[in-house]
Amino acid sequence: MTATTAEDSLPSRISGTLWRRPKLLILLLLTPPLLWLGIVYVGSLFSLLLQSFFSLDDFTGQIQYDLTLSTYAELFRPSNFDILRRTVVMAVLVTIASAILAFPIAYYAARYAKGRWKAVFYLGVMLPLWSSYLVKIYAWKMILSKEGIISWVAAKLHLSVLLEGWLSLPEVGGNSLSVSSTGTFLVFVYIWLPYMILPVQAALERVPSNLIEASYDLGAAPAKTFRHVLLPMALPGVAAGSIFTFSLTLGDYIVPGIIGTSRLFIGQVVYVQQGTAGNIPLAAAFSVVPVVIMAVYLWLAKKQGAFDAL
Amino acid sequence: MTSAVTFRAVSRHFGPVRAVDHVDLDIAEGEFFAMLGPSGSGKTTCLRLIAGFEQPTSGKITIFKEDTTALPPWRRHVNTVFQDYALFPHMSIRDNVAYGLMVKGIDAKTRRRAAEEALELVKLGGYGDRKTGQMSGGQRQRVALARALVNKPSVLLLDEPLGALDLKLREAMQEELKSLQRKLGITFVLVTHDQGEALSMADRVAVFNHGKIVQAGTPEDIYHNPRSRFVADFVGSANVLPPSLMEKLTGTSAWAGLRPEKISLSGGEGRLAIDGTLTDSSFLGAVRRVAVNADGQTIHANLPAHEMVPEAGARLTLYFDRFALTILDDAP
Repeated sequence: MTATTAEDSLPSRISGTLWRRPKLLILLLLTPPLLWLGIVYVGSLFSLLLQSFFSLDDFTGQIQYDLTLSTYAELFRPSNFDILRRTVVMAVLVTIASAILAFPIAYYAARYAKGRWKAVFYLGVMLPLWSSYLVKIYAWKMILSKEGIISWVAAKLHLSVLLEGWLSLPEVGGNSLSVSSTGTFLVFVYIWLPYMILPVQAALERVPSNLIEASYDLGAAPAKTFRHVLLPMALPGVAAGSIFTFSLTLGDYIVPGIIGTSRLFIGQVVYVQQGTAGNIPLAAAFSVVPVVIMAVYLWLAKKQGAFDAL
Repeated sequence: MTSAVTFRAVSRHFGPVRAVDHVDLDIAEGEFFAMLGPSGSGKTTCLRLIAGFEQPTSGKITIFKEDTTALPPWRRHVNTVFQDYALFPHMSIRDNVAYGLMVKGIDAKTRRRAAEEALELVKLGGYGDRKTGQMSGGQRQRVALARALVNKPSVLLLDEPLGALDLKLREAMQEELKSLQRKLGITFVLVTHDQGEALSMADRVAVFNHGKIVQAGTPEDIYHNPRSRFVADFVGSANVLPPSLMEKLTGTSAWAGLRPEKISLSGGEGRLAIDGTLTDSSFLGAVRRVAVNADGQTIHANLPAHEMVPEAGARLTLYFDRFALTILDDAP
């Protein structure tokens, strides 16, 4: 027998077979991720959904495996509904603030930053994501505390009155920024901002600059060009970014646990109910809420034409 | 006649690059003006200066006597048809066309009617509900035209508008643009690198090279009386004869241009002759184009297609009238 040539070596035969049968290649490539997505991801979501239709026996503390909507009814008890309302309002505000902050940064990066400045942009946006989430939150606790840099700067600028005034307001205020809803809001915006900047930047990158010129040329001053061309075309990016900021805020339990008032958010309730309280059905019902809210949100966004420019 | 657009000593520099270098320009009202030149010659920058996308480094630009040197594009009464159309992908064809009216705050009913009329004008009546993605290149071109014309601009700027179309469509659009311009009486300024397009459509042509206008005039004037080697070669690919060859032929030592179609294989009274070796011969349909090497100088001639031509390598004598020669400037 002669030595095998390069043409009929095993790797070459495999690639030859795969080239002739592209469907086999796709099957091989897709099976592992589909198994992961199907079983681990969607599967656990469905078991969660199922759990939420069970209920907890108040006397025995045992889970009753009969399908019922009573756990969902519990969500509408004033104390629970308050938590839902608080979390959703926070998520909405965080999303709006992130979008407003992200747009100019993303716009600059997409339209003007070139070469080295683009690298600086990516580094600047991504760098905070490299360090631990907990470290950043505790750092913010220091920044926002009574002895922290914000109070110090406010005192130096003789603006302490303003800060005190803001903190004395109901709902948003507290003893210091670090134990107020304002503090929770600031930290949420800080940690989720990159997730808004990147998709908006990607969307703006795809807007050809001659569309802006065409709009100017047709008589639309920059404000009108923004409203009629830039914003509609960036909307898929804003929608994608808001899915991140919105759902991440809805589900987070660490930030409001460390920074803010003692009033609970959805994530904290889920944590407490399925951990210490052992009420898995209620925890499941609470975690279904963000899923439903996101589904409704996406449906509304689609109806408003947010994805038309895709 | 009023000037639609004037440039007075206008320059536009990009760092060390002089994209537009001390240009003076007068475009008359109602004329079809073409700016012709190779890429990087400054013609597109000139167009962008008129549109307001660029600011001149120095000099003054007026549009219908209004000093527009520092006027932003959205305050100028000119509209542009962009090279790649620049249609808004998130809007219907009708909304694209009506965009200029919409931002001016004209009511929906009026602008819908105006958009429909503009679409009729470019033979796309009834296409208003489509999306830009459903239109072919030629149709998008027409939409871009309608979108500009609906604003009734005092000057319409066309940036290589036919560049992306195939030959047949391009020829049809050339005629259409020309008749549209006659019908509407709007000043058209066309930027193109295609000399055929410039000559066939324009009333007047300015030839650009290295940021300057090297010659301006009617298409006939530019074609028959090129002043420089660059214009002779760029417009109609004339043969450029060096002074040494001219000395031998006529006794005058000067650069000269000679159109390929003025050359034939038959001699006669008072005709000048060049001997050479045939190096190439290609059949172009209406004519046969031959290349003859005469003492290292390649001369192209367009002969009648039925003319019998010997094999490559054969000796050949080319004849032409003395008056077919155009004396050119010494400068390139």
